[in-house]
Order: sequence, then C-alpha cells, then structure tokens
Amino acid sequence: MIFVTIGTQEPFDRLIKSMDEIAESVGEEVIAQVSTKTKLNVEHMTVLDFLPPQEFNKLFERADLIIAHAGMGTIISSLVKSKKIIVFPRERKLGEHRSDHQIATAKYFEELGYVDVAKSKEELYEKIKIKQRDEKEIKLKIGDYASENLIDDLKKNIQSN
Amino acid sequence: MKVLAIASVGGHWIQLLRLIPAFKGSEVVFVSTKQSFGKMVSNEKFYAIADGNRSDKKGLFKAIMQLRKIFLLEKPNVVITTGAAPGLMAIFIGKLFKAKTIWVDSIANCEELSMSCKIAKKVADHVYTQWPHLADDKVKFKGNVLK
Repeated sequence: MIFVTIGTQEPFDRLIKSMDEIAESVGEEVIAQVSTKTKLNVEHMTVLDFLPPQEFNKLFERADLIIAHAGMGTIISSLVKSKKIIVFPRERKLGEHRSDHQIATAKYFEELGYVDVAKSKEELYEKIKIKQRDEKEIKLKIGDYASENLIDDLKKNIQSN
Repeated sequence: MKVLAIASVGGHWIQLLRLIPAFKGSEVVFVSTKQSFGKMVSNEKFYAIADGNRSDKKGLFKAIMQLRKIFLLEKPNVVITTGAAPGLMAIFIGKLFKAKTIWVDSIANCEELSMSCKIAKKVADHVYTQWPHLADDKVKFKGNVLK
C-alpha cells in the first residue's frame, strides 16, 4: 500500500492531484490523507481527512511506501520506522507554504540519503516505479531520541539555576 | 524544576518529543495545538491551545491568552520549544514570568534560521540550531534530533 500524507497544515492539491493521476497505474492500493479545505475531486485513491495520531500511525506502519510533503514530522517518522519515502516539497511561489524551506529540507535530506525527492508528477511516477522495484531493506534507521550531546546540553541548561 | 515543553502539531511536536530524555528529573507540562496529540504523552500533563501564525493574528492572540493562564497555573521554571509561532509566544510569556527560556530551531531550517528563531535569539536564554553551519556566537549547535 502507498500512503500519501500532506501533514497537518494547508491543502496540497498539486501533490494530491498528481498522485491521483498516477494512482491507477501504480498497481497497488493508494490511501491519501488530504485536507478538509480542499475542493479537489479525487478519483483513484482512498481519501481520508486529518487523522488523529494513532490512526495515522496505523496507516503509516502498514504502508510499503510513503509519499509526502517535505515536512519534518513525516520524514522523522519514516526514518524511525524504516519506511521508504519520496518527498514532494511545497513551493512558496505556488502558494503552498509561507517559505521555500521545504525545497531546502528536501535537498539536504536527499544529500544525506534519508529521502528521495520528486518535484513533478512525471518525476514522482518514475521514483515510485524505482522504489517498488527496490527490494533492499532500508539501512538508515534512527532511534527514538535526539543525539546525546544535544540532550546533555539541554539537560544541563534546564537544571542549572 | 518544572518544564513547560511546547510545540505546534506536526514536525515541531515530533521533534519536541525526541528531546524528552533532557527533561528527566524535572516535572514536565506539555502544550500543543491539537487535543488529540495529548495521547502521545498520556502519562504527562497536557494542554491544547489555539494555533496561529504570522497570518492568523486572531489565533495567536487566543493562544497568548491561553498560555498566560497555563503559566499562572503551572508556574514553570523553564520553557523549551521547537517552534513555531505558539512556541515563540511561550518564550515571550516565559520571560515575563521569569522562567528560563530555550529555543531549539527545527531541523527543517537547514539553509537559514527560521524567522521565529531570529526573533527568539533576541530574548531567549539559550538558542540551538540543528545545523553546524548556522551556529554563531548566540546560536549553539550541539547535535540534532535525529540520532
């Protein structure tokens, strides 16, 4: 199953529409979490509204591949759960976010080998096909908490008077 | 020590939860912007406040009033936040209530510090970035939330 998520913010119709057009030809079930604010008519995906964390996690666990906006919540969850992920960054000039930081996030995290990035429907389709063929287990996995140095420094600052 | 740990839902909140070991030995009160997220910290005290951002002034005002109430009730010694706008409000209110204030900028801000971080830098006691190349004399880099 492919799980599409746009995070907790605004609608992201460009991603949902692109994915809807691709969904018929990917050969597996596609479930998409979309915004209540969207007027988009989705035809080829199972659509869900904003999900409480527990239900969201269940779908996330079940998914073989995550398609998402380049939001940190989703990226971190995919790293913790060793899920394959393709991110589709929100762009400011298209009114999808207040800044272009998702493009930067996507670039940096792609360089680190944490995510794959697609910026158009065509690119998304190609990357999905590659990911579906890729049977390799994901080697990158992170733990449940931040780096020890950061934790220690914060702890020191919290406890000092 | 009583710590008020606050972040908007989504990536900010997920990053805040990854700092939990730093709160060991302190009492923690969590604050976010959706009630359902309280389930992720079900053993701790949790408050949901209104969301708001630069373009939602009404939401921000409501959040400030709710935060003020939480501060009066809980009297935290330390405020720690991973953003975004509600976290910045908590830094300001924390200052007024003489709490120690800590801003950890989101790892999403990899090319420049967030706008909120640039403001927090002027008021908060401790400011962290998660990218070494963004550190300066006021903004520390000590690692990130990923490891």
